Amino acid sequence: MKMTGSQILIECLKKEGVSTLFAYPGGVNLPIFDVLYDEDEIDVVLCRHEQGGAHMAEGFARATGKPGVILVTSGPGATNTVTAIADAAMDSTPIIILTGQVPTQMIGNDAFQEADMVGITRPCTKYNILVKDVNDLAQAMKEAFYIATSGRPGPVLVDLPKDVVRAKTTFKYPDSVYIRSYSPSRKGNKWQLKQAVQEILKAKKPVIYAGGGVLSSDATQELLTLAETARIPVTNTLMGLGGFPGTHPLSLGMLGMHGTYWANMAIHHSDLIIAVGARFDDRVTGRVKDFAPNARIVHIDIDPTSIHKVITANIPIVGDAKTVLTELNQLVGASGNGTAEKFKDWFEQIEVWRKEHPLTYDQSSEISKPQYVIDQIYRVTSGDAIIATDVGQHQMWAAQFYKFDHPRTFLTSGGLGTMGYGLPAALGAQKAFPDKLVFCIAGDGGIVMNIQELTTAVEQKLPVKIAIINNRYLGMVRQWQQLFYDKRYSSSDIGIQPDFVKLAEAFGVTGLRANEAKDVVPVLEKALAIDGPVLMDFRVEQEENCYPMVPAGAAINEMVFSDPIGPGPSEEMQKAKKAGGILTA
Amino acid sequence: MQHIVSVLVENKAGALSRISGLFSGRGFNIESLSVGPTLDSDISTMTIVTEGDDRIIEQITKQLNKLVDVIKVVDLTEKEYVERETALIKINARGEDRAEALRIVDIFRARVIDSTQNTYTIEMTGSVKKIQAIINLLKPLGIKSLSRTGRIAIARGDIRGASVREMTERRGVSA
Repeated sequence: MKMTGSQILIECLKKEGVSTLFAYPGGVNLPIFDVLYDEDEIDVVLCRHEQGGAHMAEGFARATGKPGVILVTSGPGATNTVTAIADAAMDSTPIIILTGQVPTQMIGNDAFQEADMVGITRPCTKYNILVKDVNDLAQAMKEAFYIATSGRPGPVLVDLPKDVVRAKTTFKYPDSVYIRSYSPSRKGNKWQLKQAVQEILKAKKPVIYAGGGVLSSDATQELLTLAETARIPVTNTLMGLGGFPGTHPLSLGMLGMHGTYWANMAIHHSDLIIAVGARFDDRVTGRVKDFAPNARIVHIDIDPTSIHKVITANIPIVGDAKTVLTELNQLVGASGNGTAEKFKDWFEQIEVWRKEHPLTYDQSSEISKPQYVIDQIYRVTSGDAIIATDVGQHQMWAAQFYKFDHPRTFLTSGGLGTMGYGLPAALGAQKAFPDKLVFCIAGDGGIVMNIQELTTAVEQKLPVKIAIINNRYLGMVRQWQQLFYDKRYSSSDIGIQPDFVKLAEAFGVTGLRANEAKDVVPVLEKALAIDGPVLMDFRVEQEENCYPMVPAGAAINEMVFSDPIGPGPSEEMQKAKKAGGILTA
Repeated sequence: MQHIVSVLVENKAGALSRISGLFSGRGFNIESLSVGPTLDSDISTMTIVTEGDDRIIEQITKQLNKLVDVIKVVDLTEKEYVERETALIKINARGEDRAEALRIVDIFRARVIDSTQNTYTIEMTGSVKKIQAIINLLKPLGIKSLSRTGRIAIARGDIRGASVREMTERRGVSA
């Protein structure tokens, strides 16, 4: 029996086990939506902006490990997803973007709502394809899912001209896929693995530096085994949080620009770094020249381009984190390494660093400290919620003060740093796990970037709890302006803002406000008792800064812990400004 | 240092722009790029002349390999190879200049492939140095237009390069 391209597309999705489709209709994808109208097996989530929908697909993918799928129309519908596509590419998130396209004979004619999506997204997708013939559709879909989810995962875009989805052919879904030009290697090189074990046996001050690859390859158990067998402390990247239990005694927390002092010091003074599924991002390494000067580096990554890109590895191992760690664990287990005694001095030193500069804040005023709000969210959720964040100070505080014990519970935009990611990502995760507690922690800047998705939350009955850490500033921008631009708060004051409680109510969402620290816990408890989406406006200290911090251009052992004290040049600048003087650099 | 990278790539729409986009997006240099079919009409071969230190060249070859449509990448500079470039050079050729032009053509073992009353079009194949040399000699006569293929290269003798036969022996994974 012959089927239309639209029917084939939906059958392909079902074959791939897709049960949730984030979507927004438009002119050229009407044939597909017409098929969806009668479709029972696929739950269509109508987003209110395609960027939101694509972030939902990302949130869904990060929370489940399965690819998130979004269907949009051509032109603006498609271009609206580009930010999320770039986001997914940076953070290795498997999403499939199905874009409508004008009919093949009109392509290139500047037709209504035409955009060259394959051209626009070429640098920010793992792969993309324009399907020109309905007979190629099933194969293209099979390949899209295979490419998005294998190797280093990423976004794959399939562009679907209207005539292709209307044409008919016989449907046959390929059982397997073979792409001669694409075969990501999974197993690590045996010789290199043996070398890595030798390094572990020799090391006196080892650290495991674990990134998002541990989560992508579902290697958390293998990582835990390695850390516990060899007694090696673990620091996580922002993307790697949850890949190793945050409350585990061997956990050093996050490293990098706003990482813990002890994680950064441990990395800096280590003699062996075992990097697993991490890419030595600039927010991690600080000044590259002075990064971990005495460390030998074992770098395990499935993406060969990540190795030697920033830091030269002594033992490069290209392979899947789970496979490589399993092999490594067998070798390490057989070597009989790992007595607590061996690294006694190293652990003592780490404890000294841990006590020297703990993560702290001073909640003595009536007004809430932002860190206090996040601390309380951690407490009331017993550390067992899925947390999605936006980007900025609140994101770093969430990474610092929420201890993630479970994989795939921290959804954040790491590489691209996308404001507006948090709310839709939380909705995508909640859609996948209707019974889990899902929190969105956002700033008052980013929340309005995809606020329209509150409607999606209401329509889909997604009981996401949204906590706005409201300091009436673009906090991270303001912090940098304070520290590096003489407190010239250029365009970072966003004190003119909606009444978030009323805004929530207008959307049909419960709105709550905590003006002072004493209101924080009651508001959170009230929110948890409500069986539906809640938006909480936490008014916090306006000029709290996120510390510790590695200033841009500094090495990671050169951390700053508090605001500059005393009459520095910045205060003089302020005085000069008040006096109407001329400011010079 | 200059490197010649030979790339076997699926002959699909957009493959060339994926590769050129990779170079511009990551700030790599392209000195020249030439594309042509192989014995297998589904596969093209590209010869890219690029410049960079070892770290950059390593990234270039790895990034090229990472592209889904790229089948094989070989840095020929690490091997014994031969390279050629062809130039078509149209010059002013009037009066005595015509004889001078022919002498130069003869010296370089080039050929005149089109002749009019006022012009010669010369075909020259050789190494980049040779091409540059003939261009320098012809300049005083007046070069009206110049078209160069960019360099193409191939590994010498039995040295393994980016060949189609070798590629088909490779095994991929299926899922």
